[in-house]
Amino acid sequence: MKHQQDLATYNFAYLDEQTKRMIRRAILKAIAIPGYQVPFASREMPMPYGWGTGGVQVTASVLGPDDTLKVIDQGADDTTNAVSIRAFFQKVANVAVTTQTGKATIIQTRHRIPEEPLSENQVLVYQVPIPEPLRFLEPRETETRKMHALEEYGLMHVKLYEDIARNGHIATTYAYPVKVMGRYVMDPSPTPKFDNPKMHQCAALQLFGAGREKRIYAIPPYTQVVSLDFEDHPFEVQAFDEPCALCAASGVYLDEVVLDDRGGRMFVCSDTDFCEKRRESGHVGAMSGQSGETVQ
Amino acid sequence: MSEQSLLCVGGVTKCYGDRIGCRDVSFELWPGEVLAVVGESGSGKTTLLNCISTRMMPTTGTVEYRMRDGSMRNLFEMGEAERRFLMRTDWGFVHQDPADGLRMTVSAGANVGERLMAVGDRHYGRIRQTATDWLGRVEIDEDRIDDQPRAFSGGMRQRLQIARNLVTGPRLVFMDEPTGGLDVSVQARLLDLVRGLVNDLGLAAIVVTHDLAVARLLSHHMMVMKDGQVIEHGLTDRVLDDPHEPYTQLLVSSILQV
Repeated sequence: MKHQQDLATYNFAYLDEQTKRMIRRAILKAIAIPGYQVPFASREMPMPYGWGTGGVQVTASVLGPDDTLKVIDQGADDTTNAVSIRAFFQKVANVAVTTQTGKATIIQTRHRIPEEPLSENQVLVYQVPIPEPLRFLEPRETETRKMHALEEYGLMHVKLYEDIARNGHIATTYAYPVKVMGRYVMDPSPTPKFDNPKMHQCAALQLFGAGREKRIYAIPPYTQVVSLDFEDHPFEVQAFDEPCALCAASGVYLDEVVLDDRGGRMFVCSDTDFCEKRRESGHVGAMSGQSGETVQ
Repeated sequence: MSEQSLLCVGGVTKCYGDRIGCRDVSFELWPGEVLAVVGESGSGKTTLLNCISTRMMPTTGTVEYRMRDGSMRNLFEMGEAERRFLMRTDWGFVHQDPADGLRMTVSAGANVGERLMAVGDRHYGRIRQTATDWLGRVEIDEDRIDDQPRAFSGGMRQRLQIARNLVTGPRLVFMDEPTGGLDVSVQARLLDLVRGLVNDLGLAAIVVTHDLAVARLLSHHMMVMKDGQVIEHGLTDRVLDDPHEPYTQLLVSSILQV
């Protein structure tokens, strides 16, 4: 523990122990009632709201000295949000960090679930901007709470109806509402609906933290998670025409990268760790030569 | 009319602190019957309507309703879940201002379909077909189904609100000044429409209005309220043509004769 001196000004993982206890109690309650939004006394964190203050507080409360942390931002390990949160926990908790999904015990994520299936000894922590799925249809908090309590979820389908009426299909592509264990309707945070099926019967514990809105909710391991839909307009995930341009993976979520101002573009894996692993094991995509790397 | 009453109101009183909203109102409503509650503003009509429709708790008194299974239930002893379910399936509530009763930011079709989805209909095609039918019945063009009520005129909004309430086949509809704020020719069309629907569907309705013409056109019975109390209750044509109470006589004689 040679970093001990540097840590003198902070408690382990930044938050004080009383705060962590309070958050852990909220997490336990959330796990006991899957999909239910538990209010908690969210703290000011050294980052602006919207940058993952909720996720950071949840991570800080479940993190132990032996954990290995991975942080994802839009699927990538090397974007600003991911790099700074990873550095934050390295500094205040001195924990091991990784970019490899398989090696991590806690994964804090913004907007994606890793492509690699998660295991029972992993915890996935989501950063949530707006936890209330009914919010844009019903602005009153008192009313949305009552609707959750009485299981009045007709309004959620009004939103999907509007989608079909306007676009001919359900055009909601992210924050696609799900029903957890046949009871609570939940916002899976702004992950693409492509990731919704991964939440169903997931082996890992999934925790959701909304810092500004002061809510924590959870999906315990092996829990039923169903995306809402209509009988004649069933739930579908996005499909891509071409495989990843770097690693030739298909059936994964791809990001569009604009290459020039003449319409040039490429589609690459949004999960950077997944893509790198595939390239290391010899998969070659259509444009992988152009990135300047030598392909073995 | 059937043998058993649909709604039984007993001694409903609502106090706002020291002031009295309505005092000791009792009546029975029968299936298919339209009751008009008239009186000047401040006479407690809307308070009474809100108490009966469980939107507000009365200070004292009971409201009993005959459920579809035939049993008579006290509304204020029901659980909230059951009461709210009743309100959006077996009842309708038409507000004076359509903006209070409609979702202004979703399309007309979704407004009509909301109740169907709330009771578990999950087939888009069927919901849309039902919505189309109902828009037709309230004389709104089919091609307006995807427009938001914000783009509708006042009369259209009010008709849309009526369609939204009637789509689940309710047995009792509450209307609070349904024609308030509409111009006279639109009022006439709306009244004609409501009268037709009430007759076709065999609805029971409680209509609060200050407009005696609305009461005469729509209702079978009427109650006249003054200072929170019912001062006269009888068949509509009897009350209007042969008013007994001095205040009712005053009301009837203050109608402008054109």
